[in-house]
Amino acid sequence: MAEAAAEHSWIGARLPRREDARFLLGKGQYVSDIRMPGIEDVCFLRSPLAHAVLRGIGKPAGFEGDVYGCGDLGPFGEMPAGPDIPSFRNIPYPPLAEGRVRFVGQPVAACVAPSRGEAEDIAEQVSLDLEELPAIVDTMAAMAADSPKLYDHWPDNAFITSGANGGDMAAGLAQATHRITRRLRMNRQATVPLEGRAVLAYWDHRLDELVVWLSTQGAHVMRLGLAQALGLPENKVHVIAPDVGGGFGGKNRLTPEEIVVCAIALKRGTPIRWVEDRREHLIASPHAREHVYDLTLHADDAGRLLALEGDVYIDAGAYSLWPTGAFAEASMAVRNLTGPYRIPNIRFRNFTVATNKSPMGPYRGVARPGACFAMERMLDEMAHELGLEPVELRRRNLVTAEEMPFMTAGGMKLDNGDYPKALATVEAMIDLPGLRARQARPEADGRRIGLGFAIFTEQSGHGLKEWARRGARVMPSYESCTVRMLPDGSVQLLVGIQSHGQGLETTLAQIAAHELRMDPSDIVVRHGDTNVSPFGFGTFASRSTVFAGGAVARSCRILAEKLKRIGGHLLQVEPGATRLQDGQVHGPAGAVPYAEIGRAAHVRQEMMPIGVDPVLEATATYEPEDSAGTFSYSAHAAVVAVDPATGAVELLDYGVAEDCGTMINPMIVDGQVLGGVVQGIGTALLEEIPFDAAGQPLATTFADYHMPCASEMPKIRIAHMVTPSEITEFGVKGMGEGGAIAPPAAIANAIADAFRAEGAFIDQTPVTPRRIIAALDAASARPVA
Amino acid sequence: MRPPPLAYRRPATLDAALQALREDEAATPIAGGQSLVVMLSLRVAATQSLVDIARLPELAQVEWRGEVLRIGAATRHAMIEDGLVPDPAQGLLARVAGGIAYRAVRNMGTIGGSLALADPAADWPVCLMALDATAVIAGERRVAMGDFIQGAYATALAPGEILEAIEIPLLPAEGRWGFAKLARKQGAFSDSLCVAVSRPGRPPRVVLGATGSGARLLPEVAAALSDAADAASLTAAIAQAVAAADPGADSYRLRCHAAIVARAVAQMRQP
Repeated sequence: MAEAAAEHSWIGARLPRREDARFLLGKGQYVSDIRMPGIEDVCFLRSPLAHAVLRGIGKPAGFEGDVYGCGDLGPFGEMPAGPDIPSFRNIPYPPLAEGRVRFVGQPVAACVAPSRGEAEDIAEQVSLDLEELPAIVDTMAAMAADSPKLYDHWPDNAFITSGANGGDMAAGLAQATHRITRRLRMNRQATVPLEGRAVLAYWDHRLDELVVWLSTQGAHVMRLGLAQALGLPENKVHVIAPDVGGGFGGKNRLTPEEIVVCAIALKRGTPIRWVEDRREHLIASPHAREHVYDLTLHADDAGRLLALEGDVYIDAGAYSLWPTGAFAEASMAVRNLTGPYRIPNIRFRNFTVATNKSPMGPYRGVARPGACFAMERMLDEMAHELGLEPVELRRRNLVTAEEMPFMTAGGMKLDNGDYPKALATVEAMIDLPGLRARQARPEADGRRIGLGFAIFTEQSGHGLKEWARRGARVMPSYESCTVRMLPDGSVQLLVGIQSHGQGLETTLAQIAAHELRMDPSDIVVRHGDTNVSPFGFGTFASRSTVFAGGAVARSCRILAEKLKRIGGHLLQVEPGATRLQDGQVHGPAGAVPYAEIGRAAHVRQEMMPIGVDPVLEATATYEPEDSAGTFSYSAHAAVVAVDPATGAVELLDYGVAEDCGTMINPMIVDGQVLGGVVQGIGTALLEEIPFDAAGQPLATTFADYHMPCASEMPKIRIAHMVTPSEITEFGVKGMGEGGAIAPPAAIANAIADAFRAEGAFIDQTPVTPRRIIAALDAASARPVA
Repeated sequence: MRPPPLAYRRPATLDAALQALREDEAATPIAGGQSLVVMLSLRVAATQSLVDIARLPELAQVEWRGEVLRIGAATRHAMIEDGLVPDPAQGLLARVAGGIAYRAVRNMGTIGGSLALADPAADWPVCLMALDATAVIAGERRVAMGDFIQGAYATALAPGEILEAIEIPLLPAEGRWGFAKLARKQGAFSDSLCVAVSRPGRPPRVVLGATGSGARLLPEVAAALSDAADAASLTAAIAQAVAAADPGADSYRLRCHAAIVARAVAQMRQP
């Protein structure tokens, strides 16, 4: 249960990340670093058209055996993907296109050669017989009655149409005196980890199993999917995730390329490798965001927000990726729209739309960056309408600490924390009164200063009931850990979780060190290998410290009891009279080091108490007590300077006040917040994959797809508040995604604030210079009310 | 994204390189490769043979010839940024070099390669046109920079020719320059850039870059400056000049061009 963090020496320690030594020395090992004799590389031939009938594939003479199209591999197992509910329209996503291509970049054929370059040479000679069909590109137009269809037998282009209602809408509207209606949009982007997707597969004859080196966020779940797709028993599929250079959600889905590489390895008997290049990543990896919100917000004269209603469109692309596609987006968007605010009445429809684009996957923040952007932009627009300082409108409507636990209209149980205090903290960080005074004077360089706020809540630790409610095919409601003490007293933690940059090799060792009262340097964490750890789901949904941390704690407690029992025996005292400290079992007088206990338990059994089994190993799983999860929250404030001539934006200041409960390692928490904010800045200002009317992606290299880099970063300041969760071990709350949720909202609000006098309406991300000038032009063209 | 099969030669001397290009008319010279290698990897450049000129000693020389600095074409951007070659223009060259793409690109990319490619958004054509520099093509064929750059990806280089050096006349201490650039972010291709240079006793040279046809001299702006026009007529002259220089630009782009030219000019006019 929740305990005060201060009692624990390793809980709350700013331990340097132990994984960083190998990364800083360039000694990390990624899939691309694996060398094997006889390795062959794959180049995928991808659809050049967004929508077409695939009539045939012309293989070049001499290379017929090195080019695989649909029908040359498999048969593949059925892979139903997306929520397991009747209203969801399930369609198969063939690993290689069959009969139809539905997005530019869809894998059509796989070409194999001793090197990637040679494989590309072969791919250049393959011809595709395609008959172009009308492309469905615009999310809203796709839902028009006269739109062409992605799937001929569907009545419309929605994978699923759903909604959310809460409160008493009629009563809310009856009290409302102000209403604003806006359309807001978060555009499509890629996930862009440093390391793209990568897979290397071969049949290991000694172990008689398929070994798959895979850059993934969850080796065990990928084994489940690969075994299903390939028709192999799971004990013949061994998935190894070595160092993984970021994932952010994109590596939490099974993608066609990965299945095809395994199938070719089975067919050819050679090691087969595919390493995604950046162009492939931008065109054909799981895409993210792309939400459209048509919202109406109602308030009264006192600035009480009374009701929020409207339609939400999620552009999910052409297919659903196993296991759950992008289908948490719509329900999470509508359920999280009201965020930390006390808006009692909601009424939403949501549409998850199929278009001729790369399938959408999860991306850091899942749905909430869009929802937060929409809510917080609406809130600023309403503040403008009411003539209130935006901070004041927020203050009046934030759920207070006294009201908690608070059930939102969307059915989220906000458990604890102090939202108004977080807002007040960032308000002070950026010096709101000082900035308002500065805004009243012209800047020497002619630029305009703007400031914006955004607050969000982040659900984590949600368990079985929550996942069942979403219709998840794979329900990640627990994690597992096996703790093993070796004869010399050193410890291994074998965890099903997968660290791909989160520092779990450090955090989990700290938790075990705390439970076992030993030094974390004597503990190693092993993950990312299905032959090493018990089953687990991997890292996503800000779940790792909550779930894996809990499993580590529980397994260590089982081991601790055994240590006490053996130690008590060796000390000739009852186990109840012993305690663990500094790597030893202490009795009332004297102590036994763990090495002594390890020796007894493994190789000198004559020292063991009667009835105690040898070996020091324990496995436990963990799920928080309350399936509804626990909520981190954070207030962000952004200060911008905008050039009214060109629309260029500079971030001058950025403040974060966050509360993720107890912090196991505050330095890692800071790193996660910073990384998230940087990605959020990318969403806010830079990153976008636009498409032309024919469905061709227009940002296919870093020349056109802009990533936030060091030069664009303001100094990001972080203030911590600590409200321990009441339902998790140590009181931790998940926080890995949060940093990315608020920046689009806070920055867009800041830019709108800079041009509040003109009434420029900032309606979509990224807020590009061109869009800012367009908003100014539109504002000046609008008749004065 | 791997290049197709390529023949590759690295001759030891300029003469040998010219000979290699004569022998293989389909060959392309490559220097820093920061654009060409990318285009080869994307398989959008249609060459099958490369002649590497990055290490030719003749292209590495930097020397003063009277009041003219001659910079070898294979001089890398980073060397100029770091002050490893003299700056004949009161700091302008280092300023421009430091803003080109990213440091990794500047470590490899060369001033001559940038000019020979003539990417319309490139910095050097704009800067060197404003400085009234001269391209020296191997064989001592001298072409004024304004004539060397002939449009987007078009130069005065004939097939088989190699750009050997750039000659830049000294900008005296009384000279002034202004440099303004607009890009989505540090290192991105610029949406607009302008270099303005004034020399004592001569009309200023104002050059706009990132137009549809690359670097364009704006004599109308220079004329307005020389006439000591008031602010409004200077603004009007700039607006007119950028519209004429970039006829394909939309209103946003023209707005940016106008702002960037105004800033470069204002910087140049600062005492």
